[in-house]
Amino acid sequence: MTAARDSAVRVGLVYPELLGTYGDRGNAVVLVQRLHWRGCDAELVEVGAGEPIPESLDVYLFGGGEDDPQVMASAGMRASRDAIARARAGGAAVLAVCAGFQLIGHSYEAADGEILDGLGLVDAVTRAGPNRLIGELVVEPDAPLPTLTGFENHGGRTTLGPSERPLGRVLAGGGNGDGGDGVLGERLIGTYMHGPVLPRNPALADHILSWIVGELEPLDSTREEQLRDARLHAGSARGLRKWWQERALARG
Amino acid sequence: MSRRSLRTRAAVAAGRMAGWLSRVTTRGQGSTISGRVMNALAPNALPELAGGQRVALVSATNGKTTTTRLLTAAVARTGEHVISNATGANLTSGIAPILAKAESPGIAVLEVDERVLPRVVDPLGVELLVLGNLSRDQLDRYGEVHAVGDMWRHVAETHPDLRVVANASDPHVVWAATPAKTTWVELGLGWRNDAATCPNCAALLRWSADRFDCPSCGFGQPATPNRLEGDTLVLDGSRVALRLALPGRWNLANAALAVTAATTHFGVDPEDAAAAAATITTVAGRYMAVALPDGREARVLLAKNPAGWSEVLHHLADGDSSVVIAVNARVADGKDPSWLWDVPYELLRGHPVAAAGERALDVAVRLRYAEVDHIVEPDPLEAAAKLPGDDVNIVSSYTPFSALYRRFG
Repeated sequence: MTAARDSAVRVGLVYPELLGTYGDRGNAVVLVQRLHWRGCDAELVEVGAGEPIPESLDVYLFGGGEDDPQVMASAGMRASRDAIARARAGGAAVLAVCAGFQLIGHSYEAADGEILDGLGLVDAVTRAGPNRLIGELVVEPDAPLPTLTGFENHGGRTTLGPSERPLGRVLAGGGNGDGGDGVLGERLIGTYMHGPVLPRNPALADHILSWIVGELEPLDSTREEQLRDARLHAGSARGLRKWWQERALARG
Repeated sequence: MSRRSLRTRAAVAAGRMAGWLSRVTTRGQGSTISGRVMNALAPNALPELAGGQRVALVSATNGKTTTTRLLTAAVARTGEHVISNATGANLTSGIAPILAKAESPGIAVLEVDERVLPRVVDPLGVELLVLGNLSRDQLDRYGEVHAVGDMWRHVAETHPDLRVVANASDPHVVWAATPAKTTWVELGLGWRNDAATCPNCAALLRWSADRFDCPSCGFGQPATPNRLEGDTLVLDGSRVALRLALPGRWNLANAALAVTAATTHFGVDPEDAAAAAATITTVAGRYMAVALPDGREARVLLAKNPAGWSEVLHHLADGDSSVVIAVNARVADGKDPSWLWDVPYELLRGHPVAAAGERALDVAVRLRYAEVDHIVEPDPLEAAAKLPGDDVNIVSSYTPFSALYRRFG
């Protein structure tokens, strides 16, 4: 490791009771363990629902949640907006998944149709779509990273502003609903891929960690890569089926 | 029974024929296909089929098959003729053939899928609902927990005279059952991660020890003298010891619910009900022993979501059990095994562990990050054979479990 740090990396799991529906704790566990295994100090900091989100975290993880809990989480996140902004200015990273991704945009549509404010960390708005997008999601990232795999389960359609770029292009599945998935900002990733996303994509986990601690020593990730291969295979089967169905539809 | 119409009788006969074909061709156990044929030929036959039966429905995310089995045994102590869908076929296709087989009036104790429950309460003329718990399960298929709680609540609101026996410790169940005539029993709640917000007003629930209340709207745990204390059920002031052959705290909760229902609704003596529950050793393959090639036996447990797994883990972590974690992600398992990351597998450190099933790699990666040493062997039986000791447990999601049950059950 090149970057000198004398303190433990603080990986913040924000409101796990509210934003933890899809095994989202796994993303925090993966970040902490991949630092531990390289001999770096790291700690998992849980920010319980109802508590203010502290400024002192190095990574902010916002996960997936159900409708009512998402509304509760958004209120807490907006109340901590200044602390998060100061942390971001100081170099903190953000990984926001599914409901969490919707919450870091300007606004999203709640289950009852009400438009609620998000954190506004990225220029994005989410509205309810006509149906839920459920299944394997495969994304070709717009970053020096291998193809990414996740599982999506959401009803939102997210539109990025002109200055934002998606995390990548959707090869199979729905993502934002317009051919892209998520958002890639400065030390910030939003995505609809849960699964959770980091155990399936160890290179993405290390990419996020490198924002905090600099270049990382290699780590044996054979098992994670086997899982990634298996899920990419399942995802591409879904992509092929979709292509075949669309082709059949086009032919009438 | 003679009141059945010609159409219903024809549908029942055709359904039985389909079930027989399914069994003799060894394609299945026959009850589901038989029910599908009956429902297709006579879609409105449920009220006719259920005529003459006093129907009790049992539902929950976890424990509904076992609770149904325990309640069936306890209710049999009334001396009435009791029928039940004991194999866990809990859709209308599983219920119709059981009712069709009934030859005399009596009591039907029926397990029903959480989402099917609202559709069958009226057609079956249900007189008792037994409601256990609601937590995340198969999110890709069932959707969110709150939605199921709201569906149940609608049933109670539209049937305010319906008798219900329900778990007072689960906020979703309390929300659902409050509008009905409910007898409560406090069973405790091991898994609270799906009960963070108030089902009524969405504010954060306040939890202290085993009790919850909503500081915002006043929704809270109903007062009841009935509760499970260790392995004792306190029922209206009397204490009933539950000495079960089935393992684990979760089965004490299932039994407490069943004994409460048998006692308060069907008038069974509580000691008799508990004695009947104690005779149950396996439930449609759950807790059955399967022979391993080297002469040892492995025990089969079903755990299909984080709430179920948390209970099983706390039970297994105490001893030196060997544990096979067998996970598929087919439709009946839920196609998204992200719940593996909600389960505290760290508790298995030091145990011999195997990752198995079609999603063995997902399990293996989860175990790697939990720092649990393990082997990877997709076949659950071969995995069990490779683990040491005489206490080998195959803990399985639904479809690997059901394959073992078909083979050994």
